[in-house]
Amino acid sequence: MVATFKPRDEADVADIVTRCSSRLELLGGGSKRAIGRRIEADVLDLSGLSGIIDYEPEELVLTAHTATPLDEVQRTLAAAGQRLAFDPPDLAQLLGAQSKPTIGGVLATNLSGSRRVTAGAARDHFLGCRAVTGRGERFKGGGRVVKNVTGYDMPKLLAGSWGTLAVLTEITIRVHPAPEHERTLVIPAAGAAAAVDLMGTALSSACDVSAAAFAPGRGVALRLEGFVPSVDARSSALLELLGGPDHLCLEAEVSRRYWEDSGAVVPLAHRSIVWRLCVPPRDAVRIIDALAPPCYLLDWGGGLIWIGADEVDAERIRGALHGGHATLIKAPESVRAAVPVFQPLPAPLAAISARLKAALDPHGKLNPGRLDA
Amino acid sequence: MICFPEPDAAILARSGPIRSALRALVPEHCLIDDSLRLAAYETDALTAYRCKPLAVVLPENAEQVAAIVRLAHQERLKIVPRGAGTSLSGGAIPLADAIVVGMGKLNRILEIDYENRCVVAQCGVTNLAITHAVAERGFYYAPDPSSQIACTIGGNVAENSGGVHCLKYGMTAHNVLGVQLVTPDGEVVRLGGKHLDAGHYDLLGVVIGSEGLLGMITEVTVRILRRPQTARALLIGFASSEQAGACVAATIAAGIIPAGMEMMDRPAIHATEAFVGAGYPLDVEALLIVELDGPAAEVDHLIGIVSDLARTHGASSCRASASESERLAFWAGRKAAFPAVGRISPDYYCMDGTIPRRELPRVLAAIYGMSQRYGLRVANVFHAGDGNLHPLILYDANQPGELERAEAFGAEILKLCVDVGGVLTGEHGVGLEKRDLMPYQFAPEDLAVQHRVKHVFDPDVRFNPGKVFPTLHRCAEQGRVHVHAGAAAFPHLPRF
Repeated sequence: MVATFKPRDEADVADIVTRCSSRLELLGGGSKRAIGRRIEADVLDLSGLSGIIDYEPEELVLTAHTATPLDEVQRTLAAAGQRLAFDPPDLAQLLGAQSKPTIGGVLATNLSGSRRVTAGAARDHFLGCRAVTGRGERFKGGGRVVKNVTGYDMPKLLAGSWGTLAVLTEITIRVHPAPEHERTLVIPAAGAAAAVDLMGTALSSACDVSAAAFAPGRGVALRLEGFVPSVDARSSALLELLGGPDHLCLEAEVSRRYWEDSGAVVPLAHRSIVWRLCVPPRDAVRIIDALAPPCYLLDWGGGLIWIGADEVDAERIRGALHGGHATLIKAPESVRAAVPVFQPLPAPLAAISARLKAALDPHGKLNPGRLDA
Repeated sequence: MICFPEPDAAILARSGPIRSALRALVPEHCLIDDSLRLAAYETDALTAYRCKPLAVVLPENAEQVAAIVRLAHQERLKIVPRGAGTSLSGGAIPLADAIVVGMGKLNRILEIDYENRCVVAQCGVTNLAITHAVAERGFYYAPDPSSQIACTIGGNVAENSGGVHCLKYGMTAHNVLGVQLVTPDGEVVRLGGKHLDAGHYDLLGVVIGSEGLLGMITEVTVRILRRPQTARALLIGFASSEQAGACVAATIAAGIIPAGMEMMDRPAIHATEAFVGAGYPLDVEALLIVELDGPAAEVDHLIGIVSDLARTHGASSCRASASESERLAFWAGRKAAFPAVGRISPDYYCMDGTIPRRELPRVLAAIYGMSQRYGLRVANVFHAGDGNLHPLILYDANQPGELERAEAFGAEILKLCVDVGGVLTGEHGVGLEKRDLMPYQFAPEDLAVQHRVKHVFDPDVRFNPGKVFPTLHRCAEQGRVHVHAGAAAFPHLPRF
């Protein structure tokens, strides 16, 4: 019988973590619950820790309780003409989830969207936090200003730790002005090699391309954002640099929706197996050649590969990487139970990571099995 | 006055054998253990403190670094990592029972990879050398600490260094893709690489900015960016810091993130103008330099918007650079601010707190009040965009008690930064300098969690001990804080 604990605040979280003898599955919105192995544990339902605590547009900083819905954060920012630059993707459709992401879940998983290649990842915008370790200790890390090097960067350590080191209870993030305008140029490309070349040229130019992705059949999409005169000047310069290719122009809302879909990996949603590979961007060509996957998408100029398949093929996929890592982002539960979902680490790093886990969560209470089998 | 940890007598007693063991690991010219030459390493840019180490080792490759670290592991020897020694917070100041491992000889760029838009460099390559290496193809490395001509990329990683352009382009952490790290037990590991994001715990993220407490960086992979097509600057004078602060806030509210946004107060303006004659207005209380970069069409557009904002916020003067030489002239004064202050005072002490920007007028007023109270002049330069203050406290170390007064003044400023919602250090690091203030920003339980992280990497606490985390209880036990360091050198030795 699975018990559910529903803390009202951080003190409750600490109390539950300290007292409970069982293990706990951390749950915000639950939108990413299908990533990683199924957790056999009681549920720590954090949905009671919700709401924006402080938002000062002119300081470029927002503080919120951990389970504040991502769309509430985004609506609040949009009302002040701002946004999250790291472009958090909503993977609910891909994963077949009904629920919505929370800001804490976005940071705990360090999942970023297409703009990550130029604007940085979720972790790069994570300024400060409050959290509870697996020992039940309440602590704060980082700060509430945009520039800070005081002490270890605890937010970065917790970003991408998938709730296995501490329970995030409060998040402070850096926010950015939303652009006045955006335009996406969609340019045909014959395959991965041509696409990576094209994206590389665009990202190496002075045209400030904020995102570059490729979908076979649809072409390369290059995103330009900023003030109107700047977007105009940069799109002309970029097209000239690329030799005046055929192209479509997607403006404003149409452009925005294109990237929302692209970030949500909608084109692969019908596949039962989906891999997410972070690689040196140029390696994408070789990897796609070697694997010849049934369907794939490239993002981050090639640095992010989404592969949709029917077979899990973990060894072959990981064997094709020279640097980087592959995460099995979607698969039936039985498959996830049988292969490492996250890329196994080399022994010395596995040892450091194990010591880190033991230091902050010695009894293995938090999200057992989520990150490591 | 900051105390050093008590040296380990057993290590000092074994200094001869330890030096011999080190000598076996590196060529003869890579070991320094005579008092005269050790003096060159007894301090960094926090020159009020100094201490000669047991020995200085200058390895020539990563294998030698690993061998030194393994020896230190066996011998239970403390290690103080050192890049170029430009730390303003005393991050590279030695200990009497430690060896300094200077990384300056690992100074080769290993790979320029334009296809993956990154550079792989040994840790001792200077920040500016990376930009120089890729300039011919129109690229650069974005973080630009003011010491970039000298400071090393390994040191930048250790300190998570910033610079005037980090509001738009980020700190070191945002521009580093990977490192090679020698862990305190002598293992050589790679964190990150040419790809983005960690596949497991973000160990790279916590190593960056760890101030040499978690291991030795031997190699760094950084991302490089295409140099913006053009850059122009505005020089804007205001009759009050409130007006200048409001103009900064309005610029950001207008959706503009300038490449750089610097503020100077009246004493800083006058000191720099007397030094370099940059043409700054002398009848203003606050001067803003706002730099916009990008395509010419964008820059010209934004220059127009910010000029309008300056006028509506009561600017008494506003000039836009019309040429590259004029832009550089606008910066000449700001970039010379530290030496300019050095010219009007025998010594100065540079602070580095960050505050929420809205608190600027209140904090500046309080700093002027403290200046009166401590009887020491102060000049303020300020990364206005991100709220990072650099008050320069003017003092004369030859006057008995002035250094102590300057330090007390500085500590009061930093405490005020924390009180208004800010932090002790925005880019210089905690080091030795701000170590004892850490409990003002962090509660014991916050520090306890950071200690746990430290022990994961360095269970014997041998890497850069006495930095970042307070050891106040030890000092109190000893009850004679000035004497420890004095055994090797006088910690409050005057600077000449």
